[in-house]
Amino acid sequence: MSASAEQHEHEHPGPAIYLRIGLVLFILTAAEVAVYELAYHHAGSGLGALLHPIVIPILLLLSAVKFALVAMFYMHLKQDSKIFSGLFVIPIMIAAFIIAVLMTLFSYLYLLHPRPPA
Amino acid sequence: MATSALDHAPAHAHEKSGLWSWITTVDHKRIGILYGASAFIFFLLGGLEALLIRVQLANPEQHVVSPETYNQLFTMHGTTMIFLGVMPLSAMFFNYLIPIMIGARDVAFPRLNAMSYWVFLAGGLLLNASWLVHAAPDQGWFGYANLTERQYSPGPNVDFWIVGLQVLGIASLAAAVNFFVTIINLRTKGMRLMRMPMFVWMSLVTQVLLLLAFPVITVALVMLMMDRNFGTHFFIPAGGGDPILWQHLFWVFGHPEVYILILPAFGIVSEILPVFSRKPLFGYAAMVFSGCFIAFLGFGVWSHHMFSTGMGPFADTFFSLMTMLIAIPTGVKIFNWIGTIWGGRLEFKTPMLFALGFIAMFIIGGLSGVMHSSPPADLQQTDTYFVVAHFHYVLFGGSIFALTAGAYYWFPKMSGRMLDEGLGKVHFWLMMLGFNLTFFPMHFLGLNGMPRRVYTYPADLNFGFWNMMETVGAFVLMVSLLVFIYNLLRSVRHGVVAPADPWGGATLEWAIPSPPQEWNFAEIPEVSGRDPLWEWERARGGKLPEPQRVSGKGIHLPNPSYWPIVTAIGILVFFTGFIVGFPYVNIAGVLVTFIGIYSWAFEPA
Amino acid sequence: MSQDAHAMHPETSTGLDSRKMAIWTFIGSECLFFATLISTYVVYRGKSLTGPFPHAEWTSPTGQVFEPILEIKLVTVGTALLLFSSLFVVLALYGAQHNKRGMLLGWLGATIMCGVFFVSMQVYEFTHFVHKGLKLSTNLFGASFFTLTGFHGTHVTIGVIWLFTVFLLALRRKLPPEKALNLELAALYWHFVDVVWIVIFPVVYLMD
Repeated sequence: MSASAEQHEHEHPGPAIYLRIGLVLFILTAAEVAVYELAYHHAGSGLGALLHPIVIPILLLLSAVKFALVAMFYMHLKQDSKIFSGLFVIPIMIAAFIIAVLMTLFSYLYLLHPRPPA
Repeated sequence: MATSALDHAPAHAHEKSGLWSWITTVDHKRIGILYGASAFIFFLLGGLEALLIRVQLANPEQHVVSPETYNQLFTMHGTTMIFLGVMPLSAMFFNYLIPIMIGARDVAFPRLNAMSYWVFLAGGLLLNASWLVHAAPDQGWFGYANLTERQYSPGPNVDFWIVGLQVLGIASLAAAVNFFVTIINLRTKGMRLMRMPMFVWMSLVTQVLLLLAFPVITVALVMLMMDRNFGTHFFIPAGGGDPILWQHLFWVFGHPEVYILILPAFGIVSEILPVFSRKPLFGYAAMVFSGCFIAFLGFGVWSHHMFSTGMGPFADTFFSLMTMLIAIPTGVKIFNWIGTIWGGRLEFKTPMLFALGFIAMFIIGGLSGVMHSSPPADLQQTDTYFVVAHFHYVLFGGSIFALTAGAYYWFPKMSGRMLDEGLGKVHFWLMMLGFNLTFFPMHFLGLNGMPRRVYTYPADLNFGFWNMMETVGAFVLMVSLLVFIYNLLRSVRHGVVAPADPWGGATLEWAIPSPPQEWNFAEIPEVSGRDPLWEWERARGGKLPEPQRVSGKGIHLPNPSYWPIVTAIGILVFFTGFIVGFPYVNIAGVLVTFIGIYSWAFEPA
Repeated sequence: MSQDAHAMHPETSTGLDSRKMAIWTFIGSECLFFATLISTYVVYRGKSLTGPFPHAEWTSPTGQVFEPILEIKLVTVGTALLLFSSLFVVLALYGAQHNKRGMLLGWLGATIMCGVFFVSMQVYEFTHFVHKGLKLSTNLFGASFFTLTGFHGTHVTIGVIWLFTVFLLALRRKLPPEKALNLELAALYWHFVDVVWIVIFPVVYLMD
């Protein structure tokens, strides 16, 4: 049993980086809420109308970026061993696959067999 | 907080015998034996349930047991064999062998290891406590909604099932974290991943499956419990819920679960065949990658259990293709096992007989499995005895045969004595006879239309003859097990004393005394390739000398602890609260669990 | 072997601390746990047979009009709090690793406060919804919403308790730099809980 040099952890970033990331996270959250407001409550014209059809992909993208930032910088995945990244990313991929398949099966199913009215 | 697992009590200071030493043990070998003994008893209980099923089905239109009892019997037989039989028997081998095979003194988290065992025992007892109130689970081991809803299952049967499985799930998850970290992090010098024994590799893949599959059923069971007790409608159509969602969530867990049941068996067979062929395992890398591929693909096939639910042609095709695909890495393994024994100097000792029997039986089970992968064919096979034949061939002919092979193979290491070879051969041939007599006819009964889960059948369907044969077969199996039990009990006391390496093994466990000393290795070994013992014997030009027992002075071992069992009791009490319906019991359970965890965390080093 | 050397360069096959690996392994497993809850929520979206609904108005059979039940403003504040708490805990970790006790205690205390506020917000939200006529048993939205966010909230609560335990250790000067890993483990769990909310917030609250 010995420490393998290649897996040595790198220096973690300092408070300045953390604060900057925190600011970006805040802005991204504000953006998410703004997109929501515009797309659903001001969908009549202008930016709202533009955003409405693509609101879900945009929200997913924004949240994915926030997810990645917290994972890479606050959870130190960027600096730490790739083993930790693997332990996180692989389950996420399997999770995403399962969610996608279930969504497909349940929306597709109901196209084929519509529910009777309540 | 306590730091490393390997703390500072001198090895010889530990209490070695007596009940308390077993209750507080954190020694992976003792925990393995605890798993094995408990699992074997549950296995016999599951076997008894099977015998009662077979007695009831021996003749048409019998009423040996009532339909309600019959439902409890087949539900508990399945649930017991899977969760209290095969899984903990595999856990016995994980516990006993993994640290030794990788050159470690124990697992990464010895107390967590102990807790896993006690939680498992709690789950098994909770599940079987249902018999005491005549309310054993009776809804099938897969618990399909909405039969399991309060409307159609008003009694506590399903509640027992839910809480029993939740408790068992906790044990499995904790153990999976433990073994995963152990295998990745505690390997000795030179033990690169691609030099590990195949049993360790298959165990590693199994832990990954456990970690990813169990959370899914945990949530599904929570949702079912909420439907039954808190008024939700997750699977209740009248409230908008969809029973099919239960099936999906169950099988997203359930399919990886069957790979959890078979991969350790694959690993065991991959250890035994080379030793009794005097040849290294054929295609090591292919065996590793096929194992990983099976696990990965295993998350993409679950709806092949649902071909009759009307998912539509697109879904059917997708899952059918994925299922056919998974036959490929499985086939690779079979060819590699054949390649291993091909041209070898075969020794037909009992472990080898069971390992060879495994290959034959598993091929048959695999063939019926591949037949299920075609949706139109499966529409005839599903819910018939054809499926029962399939899964018994892979789970009994597969997992149980392999676990039995492992038992004969490693019994000398664990007990210091050999099992009797003559009795072993009697066991093997009786089991082969009994097993095939019981399960082969189910193929034709199924295709001729005998449905599953029926407590009887009409006389004019001509199912009677083969059912009677199957019942005879089941009793032959029982006799074979009695032979085994006799062999076990006699050999533990009067068996031939076993040397460190009775079989000519290749892996590290054969380099230490039988049974091993508490610290496993006098000196932690260094390896430079696969099959270290064979390499050392080659270098030496002959067998290694018998390893000496040492005093253990200066070797650090983890301290025993009672906090794992306390924590397990807390978990048991918490879940019992759902059965008795008193929130105070739940609260008490949470408190005891917290006390257990905190005391454990702050236990002096 | 001194504690210091052990903590910085554990003698493991990977050179990584086993406890840190265990936490990541556990986190990986938990991804599937929340994925199942999120799947259920998403699959049942729009399928409730009766209101109140998350984003749409509903008139009950008795003629009572229900507003969309989700309150974005309140939850946005909670979301921001949780995000900031991730920042705070990593600042606290920096303090722990660099022997800055004030920094450690201050930011860790702030993290815990954020967690407490978040849980309080959720408790308020839940009781408010029940008052407005949405219970677990009301419809599929109630069932899947309360289960998903309830389990998340339970995870937050466990995180708060864990962080508070570490806080007490730090207060009693039992968290020197060599033992900073004890905080890092709790922090990783905490970040995971935050990251799950980063997914839940848009999926539940912002998507119609």
